[in-house]
Amino acid sequence: MSNSAILRRTPLHESHKALGGKLVDFHGWELPVQYESIIREHEATRHRCGLFDVSHMGQIFVTGPGSLDFLQKINANDISRIGPGQAIYSHVLNDQGGVVDDVIVSCLAKDRYLAVVNAATVESDLAWFQMHARGFNVRLDNRSDHFGMIAVQGPRAGEIVGLISPQAAGLARFGAVELDVYGQSAVITRTGYTGEDGFEFIVPEEILIRVWEDVLAQGRSFGAAPCGLGARDVLRLEAGYLLYGQDVDQDHSTFEANYSWVVKLDKGDFIGKEALQKQKAAGITRRLTGVRLLERGVPRAGAAVFIDGRQAGTLCSATFSPSLQAGIGVGYLDRPALKAGTRCGVRLHGREVPAEIVAIPFYASPHLKKGVRHA
Amino acid sequence: MLDPKTLKFMKSHEWLELAGDAGTVGISHHAQKEITDVVFVEPPKVGRKVKQGEACCVVESVKAAFDIYAPVSGEITAANADVVKDPALVNRESYGRGWLFKLKASAPAEAGKLMNHAAYEQFLLSEAAHGSH
Repeated sequence: MSNSAILRRTPLHESHKALGGKLVDFHGWELPVQYESIIREHEATRHRCGLFDVSHMGQIFVTGPGSLDFLQKINANDISRIGPGQAIYSHVLNDQGGVVDDVIVSCLAKDRYLAVVNAATVESDLAWFQMHARGFNVRLDNRSDHFGMIAVQGPRAGEIVGLISPQAAGLARFGAVELDVYGQSAVITRTGYTGEDGFEFIVPEEILIRVWEDVLAQGRSFGAAPCGLGARDVLRLEAGYLLYGQDVDQDHSTFEANYSWVVKLDKGDFIGKEALQKQKAAGITRRLTGVRLLERGVPRAGAAVFIDGRQAGTLCSATFSPSLQAGIGVGYLDRPALKAGTRCGVRLHGREVPAEIVAIPFYASPHLKKGVRHA
Repeated sequence: MLDPKTLKFMKSHEWLELAGDAGTVGISHHAQKEITDVVFVEPPKVGRKVKQGEACCVVESVKAAFDIYAPVSGEITAANADVVKDPALVNRESYGRGWLFKLKASAPAEAGKLMNHAAYEQFLLSEAAHGSH
C-alpha cells in the first residue's frame, strides 16, 4: 500500500534517518515519532537535555503601529503584559469562546511580534488573523515556510545553549530575542512544551541543519539526545499542556479546557470575551480533568471514564507516564467540580480499571521554579 | 535464555517452546525491538482455554497495544508474574525471563503449522523488503 499524500519534510529529514528515527505522518509532516526509545528520550529530557525538530510549527509575524491593539483583540491573554524581549502563552478564541489556536506570542521589538502557531492551524489562523486585522494598522507575514524550529529542552539546556549563544542562554524564562544566526535573522525564546527549562530556536530552514548539528555536538558531553514526537507527547501531557486538536478545539472553551489562568477578563475587549463571561456566570458543564490509574495499565485516547457507575466522559489524551510510573490521561468530564482523590474507573480492554481524579500538572519538574511554567 | 533456533514462530511474532505438550510463549527479539519500550503486560488467566491463533495476552508500549496470539490450542498453566511487575523484561530478555505465559497444548501437532527459526528469519526479510509493518 502506498500513501498517495505527499508528506512535507523538514531540513533535518536526512539527519533523522541517519539517527535511526522512525518517521511517521504527523499532520502532513514526516517527522520522527522516536529514535531508539520513547522512554529513554523522555528520561534524557527530564534529567539532561532533549532535542526536538518542531519545524512543523508555524510562524506568523505581526508588525506595525496597530500590532498590540490587534493582538489584544484576538488573544484571551493580556499581550500588554509583555514588552520587547518577552513571550507569553495565549489562546486565540472564536466568538463562542472556543479555541481557534493556542499560541506563544513573542514581543521582538515595539510594534514587532511573532506568533508561533500549531502546524495544522497555520492556514486557518492566518485567515482568522486577516479577517480581524481590518481596521488595524498591522501587517501579517506568514513565514512558516521560511523558518524551521528546534526545541532544546531539559535541565542542562541552558549550559548547552550557552556554548552556542551566550546571548540566548542569558534569557529569562519566557524571554525572547531576535538575533543573527550564521548571518541570518532568527529568533530564540526560552520556552518549550515539555515542562522543563528550555529554548526554541526559530531559524531559517537553510541553516537549521547547522544549528541542529551544533546543539547535538555541544550536547553530547551533557548526555543530550535527539527526541521524537512520542517523547514530546508524553512530556507535554505530564506537564499538563494541551495538544491542540486533541485536547482543545473550536468547540471547547479555555475555561472548559481548565486553562482559565490564560483568560484576562479585565484587560479590555477581545474576541470571545462575552461568551466567556456568560460561561463564567452560568458555570461550565464539563471540564478537562486529569485521571491517574491506580493499577498498572496504559490508558488510551477514547477510553471511557466512569464515576459512580456512569460514564462521565472519555479521555482525549492518555499515556503511560514514565515519571509517575502510572497510566495518566485527560478528558472532558461532565462533572466540572470534581476534587482530586475522587475515585473513578477507566475502561481498558473491556475492564474498568480503578483510577482517581488528580490535579494537573501530573508532574512538576523540580528543575523549574514554581509559577514560571507559562509566564 | 532459550536458543531461538529451538523455537517455533508465528507470523505475528510470538515464539513457542514445546516439550511434549508443555508450551512456553513469548515474543521474538524482532517484535520487542519493533514495540520498543514495553510498559505493560496483561497475561491470560491460568486455567483459560485458548484456541490456536486466539488473542489472549496484551503487551503495551507507550504508543500502542499489541495482541498476543496463542501459537497452539490448550489451557493456560502459568502467567509470568515477573513481566507484570517489570514489563521491560520483555525487551531485555525476550527469549528468556521475558516469557509471557505457559500452556498445556491440547493438540501439539498444531505446532507443525508454525515456522522454524530459519523460516521466520526468511519471513522477516521478506516483510522488510515489502516495507510493511
